[in-house]
Amino acid sequence: MLIPELKLSDKIFSDDIEQKPTRDGFGEALIILGEQNPDVVVLSADVAKSTRCDKFAEKFPERFFQVGIAEQNLAAIAAGLDVSGKIPFISTYAVFSPGRNWEQIRTTICYNDANVKIAGHHAGLLTGYDGATHQALEDIALMRVLPNMKVIVPADAIEAKKATIASAQIQGPIYLRFSREKTPVFTSEETPFIPGKAEIFWESKKPQVLIIGCGPVLYNALLAAKELEKEKIGTIVLNNHTIKPFDEKKIIELAKKCGAVVTIEEHNILGGLGGAVAETLAKNCPLPIEFVGTKDTFGESGKSEDLIKKYGLVPENIKEAVKKVIKRK
Amino acid sequence: MENLNENKIKLLEETANQLRQDVIEMLTEAGSGHPAGSLGMADIFSAFYFHILNHNPKNPNWSDRDRLVLSNGHICPIQYAALARAGYFPIEELKTLRKIGSRLQGHPYRKMLPGIETSSGPLGEGLSQAIGIALAARLNDSAGSSQAKYRTYCIMSDGEQDCGIIWEAAMFAGKYKLSNLTAVIDRNNIQSDGFTEEIMPLESLRDKYESFNWHVLEVDGHNIEQFVDAVNEAKAIYEKPTVIIAHTIPGKGVDFMEQDYEWHAKPLNKEQARKAFEELKTLNGKIKSEYE
Repeated sequence: MLIPELKLSDKIFSDDIEQKPTRDGFGEALIILGEQNPDVVVLSADVAKSTRCDKFAEKFPERFFQVGIAEQNLAAIAAGLDVSGKIPFISTYAVFSPGRNWEQIRTTICYNDANVKIAGHHAGLLTGYDGATHQALEDIALMRVLPNMKVIVPADAIEAKKATIASAQIQGPIYLRFSREKTPVFTSEETPFIPGKAEIFWESKKPQVLIIGCGPVLYNALLAAKELEKEKIGTIVLNNHTIKPFDEKKIIELAKKCGAVVTIEEHNILGGLGGAVAETLAKNCPLPIEFVGTKDTFGESGKSEDLIKKYGLVPENIKEAVKKVIKRK
Repeated sequence: MENLNENKIKLLEETANQLRQDVIEMLTEAGSGHPAGSLGMADIFSAFYFHILNHNPKNPNWSDRDRLVLSNGHICPIQYAALARAGYFPIEELKTLRKIGSRLQGHPYRKMLPGIETSSGPLGEGLSQAIGIALAARLNDSAGSSQAKYRTYCIMSDGEQDCGIIWEAAMFAGKYKLSNLTAVIDRNNIQSDGFTEEIMPLESLRDKYESFNWHVLEVDGHNIEQFVDAVNEAKAIYEKPTVIIAHTIPGKGVDFMEQDYEWHAKPLNKEQARKAFEELKTLNGKIKSEYE
């Protein structure tokens, strides 16, 4: 069952649940940060509007910088702004940042331990019609291997807002991942969000499998858990929004309690959340794991919900993975 | 900046010679590193750290300090020598260059060594970072903060003008009219694989920067007086950023190294180092400019 203390949305399992893209939460947070902290500055690479920086740019024009389609420059200017104590947010599509400017992020931001926040937008398959060139399915892996970098993948628009605000209070580089399409808003303003701390969103009385997810597809894990409960298969669903630093303690404890694990992410199953879980469990308590994510492939054009289905990220896929991993116990 | 008189110029030239000797000593001890660019830029580093920069080696993070960004991090031996001689860290530490556990990394690391504004090594990235620093000064200025008076300098190589990011940065600085930023290009005409005009022609470098809305000056990079004058002229240009194209001779001061790209990343053996020292010591501080 859902954990009542978390105060998740009242409408969590109803058809009229609010739908909103996580990028909106990012944009709302920027306005709050702009008002709170004069050191917060925002830079974009010709996608200010679609990455929701436009309101910040209107409200704080002197603190917004348009660099044009130049993602390498975007990252390195931000690193320079840090030298004199600014808190830059750089905002563009994830395929370009951190995709195109990975080395600038590595050298000028991570090696310098610069206080730069990287907002990677239109990540995952929820980018829809633009197709494979614009669907970042590798960005979590690219960012989590960099020393000093922290990685947060918000599950809905409210969590996106909280994560963005929290990131300004944490010293050092942070990667924040956002989606283009509307997705269910299943947390609430009261739901706790602490960077680095995974939260149990669902716990059955006798859990047999731990489902670990991040991003909007975590909602599909909750739908799967609800249906599995009816089939008398108990699970725990863990919202692991922070991929780095990884909440190893909680994951090991819950994995041991359940005896098997399924991971779900809108990302390649190589090197992302699933990879982080596998590394942690292999080291501490080897257990069977099934990985739900894209299978080392590019995406394609199409309606987002059709893509999520085609690439195997719907509740049915999660249920199958749960049943499969139970057999491997 | 105090006024430059004959005595001060002589002192800066002698310091440049000392820095050259430090570089030879460091690279020979390390057994690897980049001598040509380091020697070629000795006069400009002497001018920066002992005359131009408003800085305080005893308080390297002083918020009003001028910022010097070294983009072509591989010539860091000359910067390390200048920093040590200026008092940022003990001179004896220069011998630890490139050794395990040293603060003097093969390419500069900001988190370890005082006086380093940005880590560098991968080419092309200094100008963008210098732009960020200059933008921050402008923001501080509009917020009425005192931390707005500093100037930002960026030293680049000519080879790294091949990088796309340089031109992304050049466009941006032109757009935002960053007059508090002065870039210096070490125009020594060599890069790792050969001469710049063979690898990837850069000329006309002046026309390129002018068309990107920069004020362009060209100087003899071994003539300290000329260089300081150019830096002062840049301060009086309020409409745009300035780039000083400093024509230098790679390996300057050591005859058998001059103008030879083979010395881009080759250290000296003991015998070569001895010869280089002998030559530098007879110069009595004065490195004659090609144009004199």
